Amino acid sequence: MIENRPGLNLLAHLTLMLGVAIVALPVWVALVASTHTATDFMSGTIPIWPGPHLVENYARMLDAGVSTSGTPPVGTMMLNSLVMALLIACGKIAISITSAFAIVYFRFPLRNLAFWCIFITMMLPVEVRIVPTFQVVADLGLLNSYAGLSIPLIASATATFLFRQVFLTIPDELTEAARIDGAGPLKFFRDILLPLSRTNIAALFVILFIYGWNQYLWPLLITTSSDYYTIVAGIKRMADAVDGLPQWHLVMATAMLAMLPPVAVVIGMQRLFVKGLVETEK
Amino acid sequence: MKRTIFRNQLLPWLLLAPQLAITFIFFLWPAAQAIRQSFLRQDAFGISTQFVGLSNFKALWNSPEYLNSLQVTAVFAVLVTVLSMGFSLLLAVAVDRTIRSSSLYTTLLVWPYAVAPAVAGILWWFIFNPTIGIMPYVLDVVGYDWNHISSKTDALALVVIASAWKQISYNFLFFVAGLQSIPASLREAAAIDGAGPVRRFFDITLPLLSPTTFFLLVVNIVYAMFDTFAVIDATTEGGPAQATNILVYKVYFDGFVGQNMGSSAAQSVVLMGIVILLTVIQFRYVEKKVAY
Repeated sequence: MIENRPGLNLLAHLTLMLGVAIVALPVWVALVASTHTATDFMSGTIPIWPGPHLVENYARMLDAGVSTSGTPPVGTMMLNSLVMALLIACGKIAISITSAFAIVYFRFPLRNLAFWCIFITMMLPVEVRIVPTFQVVADLGLLNSYAGLSIPLIASATATFLFRQVFLTIPDELTEAARIDGAGPLKFFRDILLPLSRTNIAALFVILFIYGWNQYLWPLLITTSSDYYTIVAGIKRMADAVDGLPQWHLVMATAMLAMLPPVAVVIGMQRLFVKGLVETEK
Repeated sequence: MKRTIFRNQLLPWLLLAPQLAITFIFFLWPAAQAIRQSFLRQDAFGISTQFVGLSNFKALWNSPEYLNSLQVTAVFAVLVTVLSMGFSLLLAVAVDRTIRSSSLYTTLLVWPYAVAPAVAGILWWFIFNPTIGIMPYVLDVVGYDWNHISSKTDALALVVIASAWKQISYNFLFFVAGLQSIPASLREAAAIDGAGPVRRFFDITLPLLSPTTFFLLVVNIVYAMFDTFAVIDATTEGGPAQATNILVYKVYFDGFVGQNMGSSAAQSVVLMGIVILLTVIQFRYVEKKVAY
C-alpha cells in the first residue's frame, strides 16, 4: 500500500464482495434448488432460500438416482469418477516421473526424439483427434472399462517437463555422492529423487485429480454401459432425460455432488493447489 | 544438462516405455489416421474409400457452415477471454489493495477452478432457464425477454458467461502473482511524483503486468477454443441455428453424429494446425516474456 485512502479501500472491499457474490451465485442457486421438491418450481420462479428437503433429495440421488433417465445411482457414478480420477492422476505422475528421470539422467541414442514425441502430445488434445482415438480404443476392446477411461489420457508432456525442471535443480554433487556410495540408478531414483520431489508430486496430484474428475468428452464417448458412467458425464444424460418433466431439484443435487470432491480438494489443499497450478504452466 | 549421468543403455528405454507406448498408440497413431483420412472420401456405406487430395479441405473452405463456425469460435474466444480476464484483473487489483483479508478473498475466489466445465454449463443453464430461472426474471423487469433456446445472441451470451465464469479463478491467481512481483518502490516513486492511483495503474502497473497478461491471453484462447466443448454440449449443443457451434463441437458432431469422416478428419487437421501455432507462440514468446 502506497498511501492511505480509505475511500479506495472501501471500494476494493466492495468490488471483492460483489466479485465473490457473482462467483458464488450459480452454486447458491443450485444448492437452494436441490433442497426443494419438484412442485416448488411450478409456481414460476425458483425459491431464493433453502427448503427442508436437502437430506431427502441427496439420499435419494446417492442410492437410487432417477430411474427414468437410465443413469445409475449417483453414488455409483461418483465411485466411477473417483476411480478414473485416481487412475489418471497416479498414472500420469508414475509414467512422467520415470520418463523425466530417463531424459535427465541418461545419455542414449534418440534421446531427443523421445523428448519430442512426448512434447508433441501437448499439441494433440483429445478434442482434435476424437474419432480416430475412439477407433483405436474400440479396436483394443477397451470400451466400458476403467482402463479405457484412464489409459488414453495419462500421457503427459506437462508433468514430464515439470519433473524434468525439478530434477535439473537437484545438484550434481548428490548424484556423485550416491554413485561413490555405490548406489545404482534405481536406488538413486527411489532414495533420493522421489523424496526430494515429494511436494511437487503432491501439488501435481491435486491438479491432476481435478483434471481427471472433470473429464467429460472422453467418458461420454467410451461408456455405453451405465455401470461405467462418471458423474460429470452422467449429469448431462440426466438433464436431457428430465426435459419432459423437469426434475431440477434432483439434477441440481447431482451437480452439487459432482463438484463437491474437487472443490473440497482445492479449498482443503489450497497451498498445494496454487503451487501445482503455477508449476505446471512453466 | 547434468554432468553426472548413469551409463545404462537399456534402462532409460524401459523407463520411457509406458509413456512412449501410450503416446504412440493413443496420440501419434490417431493423429496420423486423422491426417490420412482427411485426404480420403468414403462412400455412403463406408465400403470403399478413395483418395481425393485436398478436396475435403476445399469443401470446408466453401462450406458456409464451417465459415460460420470459424466466425463463432473467434467471437466466442475473444468474448470469453476479455470478459474473464477483465473481471479477474479487477478483482486481483482489489485484492492487492487489501492486506489482512486478502487470503480469505482468495479462498472465496479460487474454487470455481475445480468445477467441471459441464457442471458450470448446467448451473448457468439453470439460472438462465427461460421459465424458472432467476436471470430471465430479473431481465424481464428491465424489459428484456431472455430466451436462449430461440435467440442466437442469448445462447451465445449464455455459453460465454458460463465459460468465462469457470476461468475467473485461474486468471485471478496469475494476476495476483503478477501484481505481487511488481516492486512497490516503483509505485511509491510514482506516488511521490504526484501520480494518483488511476494514473499509477495505467502507467506503472499495467505495463509491468504485460508478461502475465500475454501469457494469460494465450492460455485463455486455448481454453476457449478447446476446453469449452463440455460447456457447449451440456447446454446449447451448438444451437440455435449454429449460433454456438464452435470448431471443436463441429468436429465431434460431424464425426460422431453426422458420420462424415472425411470432413471431420479435415477439421481435425485444421484444429491441430491451430493448436500447434498457439503452442509455438506460447513457447517462443511467453518464455522470453513481453519485456519492458
